[in-house]
Amino acid sequence: MMYRIALWNRTVSKEVSSNWQLYLLLVLPVAYILVFHYYPMYGLQIAFKKYNLVKGISGSPWLGFDHFERFFTAYDFSIVLKNTVQIGFYQLIAAFPAPIILALSLNYIRMRKIKKFVQMVTYAPYFISVVVIVGIIVQLLSPQGGIIHHFIKLFTGQSINMMAEPAYFKTVYVLSGIWQTVGWGSIIYIAALTAVDPSLHEAAVMDGASKLRRIRHIDIPGILPTTVILFILEIGKFMNVGFQKILLMQNSLNTRASEVIDTYVYKVGIISGLPDFSYATAIGLFKSVIGLILIFAANQIARKVNDTSLW
Amino acid sequence: MEENRLVRETGMDRAFTWFNYLFIGLVTVSVLYPLIYVISASFSSPEALMSGKVWLLPVEFGLEGYKAVFRNSEVWIGFGNSLFYMAAGTAVNVVLTVAAAYPLSRKDLRGRGVVTLLFAFTMIFSGGMIPTYLLVRDLGLLDSRLAMIVPTAINVFNVFVAMAFFRQNIPDELLDSAKIDGSSNFRFLISIVLPNSSAVIAVVALFYAVDHWNSFFEALLYLSDENKYPLQIFLREILLMNNTDMMDMDLVAEQKRMYMSELLKYSLIITATLPLMILYPFIQRYFVKGVMIGSLKG
Repeated sequence: MMYRIALWNRTVSKEVSSNWQLYLLLVLPVAYILVFHYYPMYGLQIAFKKYNLVKGISGSPWLGFDHFERFFTAYDFSIVLKNTVQIGFYQLIAAFPAPIILALSLNYIRMRKIKKFVQMVTYAPYFISVVVIVGIIVQLLSPQGGIIHHFIKLFTGQSINMMAEPAYFKTVYVLSGIWQTVGWGSIIYIAALTAVDPSLHEAAVMDGASKLRRIRHIDIPGILPTTVILFILEIGKFMNVGFQKILLMQNSLNTRASEVIDTYVYKVGIISGLPDFSYATAIGLFKSVIGLILIFAANQIARKVNDTSLW
Repeated sequence: MEENRLVRETGMDRAFTWFNYLFIGLVTVSVLYPLIYVISASFSSPEALMSGKVWLLPVEFGLEGYKAVFRNSEVWIGFGNSLFYMAAGTAVNVVLTVAAAYPLSRKDLRGRGVVTLLFAFTMIFSGGMIPTYLLVRDLGLLDSRLAMIVPTAINVFNVFVAMAFFRQNIPDELLDSAKIDGSSNFRFLISIVLPNSSAVIAVVALFYAVDHWNSFFEALLYLSDENKYPLQIFLREILLMNNTDMMDMDLVAEQKRMYMSELLKYSLIITATLPLMILYPFIQRYFVKGVMIGSLKG
């Protein structure tokens, strides 16, 4: 028995020492991950403390759940949470299916040149920076000469300033998001569709199935595993509603609909005259934990329902 | 997807095909139109733009907008900074990403699973904005150019993309024969793995470069010295905060000034996106490959 342990130890240390160069390569990357990704997790504890600049993270006194109570009873809490959930939901319902539909549609375009052209065009907006995207949105919707504003006026007879009305914020946010990402998002589904066995389609055509039936019975089951995994990931990101874009799209007029958890954290924790780091961290932690719960739950459900899941 | 052309399409299939093309056409136009409009607007005259004459093509073609853009010193400062962050940042990114991905791709590495899990977990949970900000501050990196490079040194998704590539494309036999020849791991990496991995290195480098060029929030969060601002920060100020006092416009009339500032915004949008848009057609297929490689891992 001792002999076997000793042998195992010797094998392991031989493996390790013969690959020492590989471990050396890993030193910097692992150090980076530990410092910039795991140490901030250690810093999360200030959510339960009264963070004092001088005393630092470990020196600051414990406070328990005070910050969370404060957040849950804050006047803005319900609005902020409502906006976050609504936008997240809207995003899931509208923006998740869009690339799938595009991929399914593209799959049946026979002329390769058209297919390539459409793909090239739809991928392009993905590479535009978020600042420029919002810049374009603001310009096109502007009541002073914005072309989309002009079209809206033509169709509805009213001059609507979409960026100034809280009621339209979510729609503008989600629709512009689809515009930007539908092409890029379809890549993975197109890849999955091309992986579908062509003989299935041939057999279906022989049996006289229409294209719609083929989509329903061959294509959709073919991309179901991919869809499920991506959906689980999306649910995990549910509360993370594109903070940067919302921050840029916010103005004093639409805050009622545009303030989400992350922008609230940013305002309370960073740009406030007297930043309350503990409080802001607590809110951020709340959000991260919800995200974690959601992704675990979604994964469990996926496991029960079919045999595809993230882990 | 080939179809037997001798088989006549049913009526329903013909209708489907027709609607399909129509749908694709609508999608393409919806995506393309705003882009074309912005380009055309940027090349029009301020008056034509504001009086609503521009629909699709430039009206009263001129370069006034662009002249105003290039007269702006902030644009030049921003451009220079963005180029620097993109170049330096991407170099650091690629080196560290390969340094992480190659060892993790080796099946004979003890402890590989633990380290991989260490990396993967950061994709579903993180410390968040405030703790990270406090860390950067405590490290003395606030308002330094390093703050734009170090905190974002590695994107774990890219590590996994590279890792998947190495696993699939560097056969074990190659490694075995190199070991027999007495080659060390470093030697193997440098003289065999890297030269054969130009595809994934290109993809990963491009992903990082685009992220650097487009990044704005890190700068907003960590930088306060205007001379270090990347282009995106100035863009935000000019496009969204109507901050055009740095404009060197020698126009007197108030209305003309307002028209000019609107035209400038369109020209600025194009200028800021131009480097990426020029490269885009050429590098597009690399990105698509990258996503494919990444998705195979999943």
